[in-house]
Amino acid sequence: MSKAIELRNAIEVTNLWKIFTSNADQVDLTKEKELQALEDSDEDTLAVRDTTFSVRKGEVFVVMGLSGSGKSTLIRCLLRLTEPTSGTININGKDVCNLNTKQLTEFRRKEAAMVFQHYGLLPHRSVLDNVAFGLKLQSIAKEERYERAMHWIERVGLTGFENYYPAHLSGGMQQRVGIARALVCNPPVLLMDEPFSGLDPLIRRDMQDELSEIQASLKTTIFFVTHDLDEGMRLGDRMAVMRKGQFVQVGTPDEILADPADEYVARFVQDKRIRLEKANMKKTEASA
Amino acid sequence: MFPERWEYHVAEPINDVINWMLNSFQGFFDGISSTILTLLLFLNDVLTALPWWMYILIVCVLAWFTTKSILTTIVLMLLPFIIGIFGLWQLAVVTLSVILTAVVVSIVIGVPVGVLMAESDFVADIVRPLLDLMQTMPSFVYLIPALMFFGLGRVPAVLATIVYSLPPVIRLTNLGLRQVSDDVQEAALSYGATRWQLLKEVRVPLAIPSILAGVNQTTMMALAMVVIASMIGGGGLGYEVLRSINRIDVGAGFEAGISVVILAVIIDRLTQGLAKRWEPPTV
Ligand SMILES: Nc1ncnc2c1ncn2[C@@H]1O[C@H](COP(=O)(O)OP(=O)(O)OP(=O)(O)O)[C@@H](O)[C@H]1O
Ligand SMILES: [Mg+2]
Repeated sequence: MSKAIELRNAIEVTNLWKIFTSNADQVDLTKEKELQALEDSDEDTLAVRDTTFSVRKGEVFVVMGLSGSGKSTLIRCLLRLTEPTSGTININGKDVCNLNTKQLTEFRRKEAAMVFQHYGLLPHRSVLDNVAFGLKLQSIAKEERYERAMHWIERVGLTGFENYYPAHLSGGMQQRVGIARALVCNPPVLLMDEPFSGLDPLIRRDMQDELSEIQASLKTTIFFVTHDLDEGMRLGDRMAVMRKGQFVQVGTPDEILADPADEYVARFVQDKRIRLEKANMKKTEASA
Repeated sequence: MFPERWEYHVAEPINDVINWMLNSFQGFFDGISSTILTLLLFLNDVLTALPWWMYILIVCVLAWFTTKSILTTIVLMLLPFIIGIFGLWQLAVVTLSVILTAVVVSIVIGVPVGVLMAESDFVADIVRPLLDLMQTMPSFVYLIPALMFFGLGRVPAVLATIVYSLPPVIRLTNLGLRQVSDDVQEAALSYGATRWQLLKEVRVPLAIPSILAGVNQTTMMALAMVVIASMIGGGGLGYEVLRSINRIDVGAGFEAGISVVILAVIIDRLTQGLAKRWEPPTV
């Protein structure tokens, strides 16, 4: 791997596997038969299967797939919230899989931050303390912590709510807290697991726009998981379509829309294509 | 009949072990004894020094703070008067000091043990049967060794009470920590929380309502022990009940019994209210 590539990529993943099984050590990943047996078994799950990809610095990389395709498992592997079975992960030049406990803690504090579908806010802490949480873990003094937190609370439009508790906020507002909490740590990489899935369409739209805005100004690398094609197309510079733990196609949204790699992807983008075609037809009718 | 030659008695060896422990670990038992005695005397001094109206005032403030209900506050304030009118105030204070000592020691031991259980399945597997044993073993069985190790008096009474009342706070601490939602814990980990930080910032604070529920139950169990503990010198209201039984004085027994119940009701309401106050806000 050359230096130049390393500098350009924020995330590099090679041959990543995650198998949920009681005896992961005993599985030989090279034997097709054993894998087949795993896949057929009810207890074991092949959640991520030999996945290789890289995300460029400053890019918004979207992973899309149906429920159960392994998206959450993949994104959680990146922070080792689930331990990968095998493969390598490189984020900002750090060999994630080989970090010891202390290094891993440091890595999670400095190199990447995550936004969760179910927000994962601390119910016993105010908005301000929730946003400042990452800084508190780093033992940053209270004054600085709150100052930086207030900056981001303002930025996500929650001024005046800093003393509220999460339970008293709407879903959209809670996720704003989640985003502020992630960004306050200045992470070079932002990981988002279906952050807007629980929100109603209008608010979702707003949040997407705001995220784009923030991304444009910060140039943060974003790894974004969704099962919503529209969302993926709006946000993504590049998109990967995931199915049964594997990427079946990676490309720009336009490429995927224009040239689906297989049946599965084609079905995924079908509705969108039909809608686009209708819109085009209307346009040509109108101009005629 | 069960064949007599198959009989084998463990009573003898157990007695031997107890005697051996008594001789070899005298210093250890003395240490425990003096620690508990110090705490007990301290609490007793404080509680005796308080004038009666101070108790009413404390109950009033705590009741209002924890329940925010005028009716409950007034009822809880009036209840202690009954104890006073029965002429049992002094004895109630003695009982209170024994119970408080037992509860304080139970919390000091119970919360850390509960946390350890939640942190390690191994510890949990070892401690759980012990707790079952402590709760199901008839308390008379450990009254005797308690008596032998610590003599007659309030110290063995406190210890016997602890054995009986310790399990709930351990169990509910463990349960509370284990019930903290995975979502929140995972989020905290993803921001680089160490195991200790996770415990301190997330798990324990979120388990506090459960821990307080455990403290509440522990206190109730301690109160349930007052009569039994008075058999080895616990004194207080329990002893009054015991004496009434011996004299077949139903009326006096009733007065003392009601006083215990009143103590229980007040403490129960106050600690329950406290547990509620600690719950994180929900919708
Ligand atoms: N801790 C676990 N133990 C066992 N199996 C798991 C575990 N976590 C996930 N799985 C399995 O791995 C597969 C992929 O799950 P994952 O949560 O990654 O899917 P997803 O694409 O995020 O789905 P969704 O859109 O519903 O969030 C599923 O079959 C799931 O049952
Ligand atoms: Mg998911």
